[in-house]
Amino acid sequence: MSRLQAGQRHSVRFTLNGKPCAGEAEPRTLLTDFLRHQIGATGTHVGCEHGVCGACTVDIDGKPARACLTLAVQIDGCEVRTVEGLAPSPDRLGILQAAFKRNHALQCGFCTAGILMSLDGFLRENPYPDEQAIRNLLTGHLCRCTGYTPIVRAALEAAAEMTGDLSREKSDA
Amino acid sequence: MKPAAFDYVRAEHIDEALDVLGQEGSDARIMAGGQSLMAMLNMRLAKPRTLIDIMRLPEISRIERKGGAVTVGAGVRQASLLEWPELGQSLRLAAMALPWTGHAQTRSRGTVCGSIAHADPSAELPLVLRALGGEVHLRSARRRRRVAAADFFAGMMATNCADEELIEAVSFPADQSACAFREVARRHGDFAIVACAAVATRDGVRLAVGGVAGMPAARDFPRLDGSALEDALNTFAYELDARDDVHATARYRRDLVRMIGRDLVREVLQ
Repeated sequence: MSRLQAGQRHSVRFTLNGKPCAGEAEPRTLLTDFLRHQIGATGTHVGCEHGVCGACTVDIDGKPARACLTLAVQIDGCEVRTVEGLAPSPDRLGILQAAFKRNHALQCGFCTAGILMSLDGFLRENPYPDEQAIRNLLTGHLCRCTGYTPIVRAALEAAAEMTGDLSREKSDA
Repeated sequence: MKPAAFDYVRAEHIDEALDVLGQEGSDARIMAGGQSLMAMLNMRLAKPRTLIDIMRLPEISRIERKGGAVTVGAGVRQASLLEWPELGQSLRLAAMALPWTGHAQTRSRGTVCGSIAHADPSAELPLVLRALGGEVHLRSARRRRRVAAADFFAGMMATNCADEELIEAVSFPADQSACAFREVARRHGDFAIVACAAVATRDGVRLAVGGVAGMPAARDFPRLDGSALEDALNTFAYELDARDDVHATARYRRDLVRMIGRDLVREVLQ
């Protein structure tokens, strides 16, 4: 058993987007604040802070998770993936990100990081989703700009591209 | 908002968690998946001095079917139960209700027992436990006891789990009988305005309702139809003592209980 005292900072070691990472956090520090303020990974956004809006969704050990409902000390030893890990290099977008850009699946972009992380994990496990499956997944996110339609279109297009099915249309419409 | 300060205890064995609970009582809270409790901490509706994380205890992460019951340990996440290959044959009602429990992004971490411990009146898993007549397995450093779902829930977000006790597991009777589930919410995965579960009994049907009273409520009906069924459902709907809130009026909630109740009762009795 280990007891981490309140008000003191404790070492947290984890893997962030494939690279070893470490920082210090009080027991009460949320993973959102830890990532943003301690690690400097500000791609993960903070919305409602009670698990409803989905903006802070990250991937912990291969599963989606609300970073605002996770304590930083809980991820000790875990593999965490955030939106910063999606692009293959700083000057290139990943397939999903490019599909979002092409389809205007974001406007203000506040919800986008969380939605990308949900979809990234989902498409790995479900390479041939239908529209309803995408819409079910998106119930865990709030987007106040797009009306979701372009997000669904981008997700389906990215899925097709990832599985090599290029017959599905790419469009700017 | 951010949680108030607390000590974080990572238990490696259930006895350690029980010892801390025994010593600190109501100042300590058990955390499993954290999908309800973390929100309470963030809003400072809960301010425990000590948080006991039980998710690294290997012995509580099992789903077992033994005899006529399915026992789900305190560490079993909602997504794990949903993916359990026997769910469709052993716990059909849970298979129907689980997709409505939060979102994929919260089911991946939230636990079955945690939802029952939280006892939100509109939550699906407490409703399923109540509808099926399941049991909650409580454990403290001194004793173990089992409490029927009907006696476990004590009111809105209140249960008869003592300060020094934790939920070790919950068990559902494996149900082969006809059942049905339906829910109305503003957004799929949000808290239910009304959620109903119906299960066939030997001489009729049990209808359980969540989201209306302070805790899930259930009533057994004999085989009824037509105006007799309408009258019985109307009485039940009124006795739930619905309240107006920002999501819906009491009248709308009663209307949903009458309409969904009638549909589910007919579906199960067919």
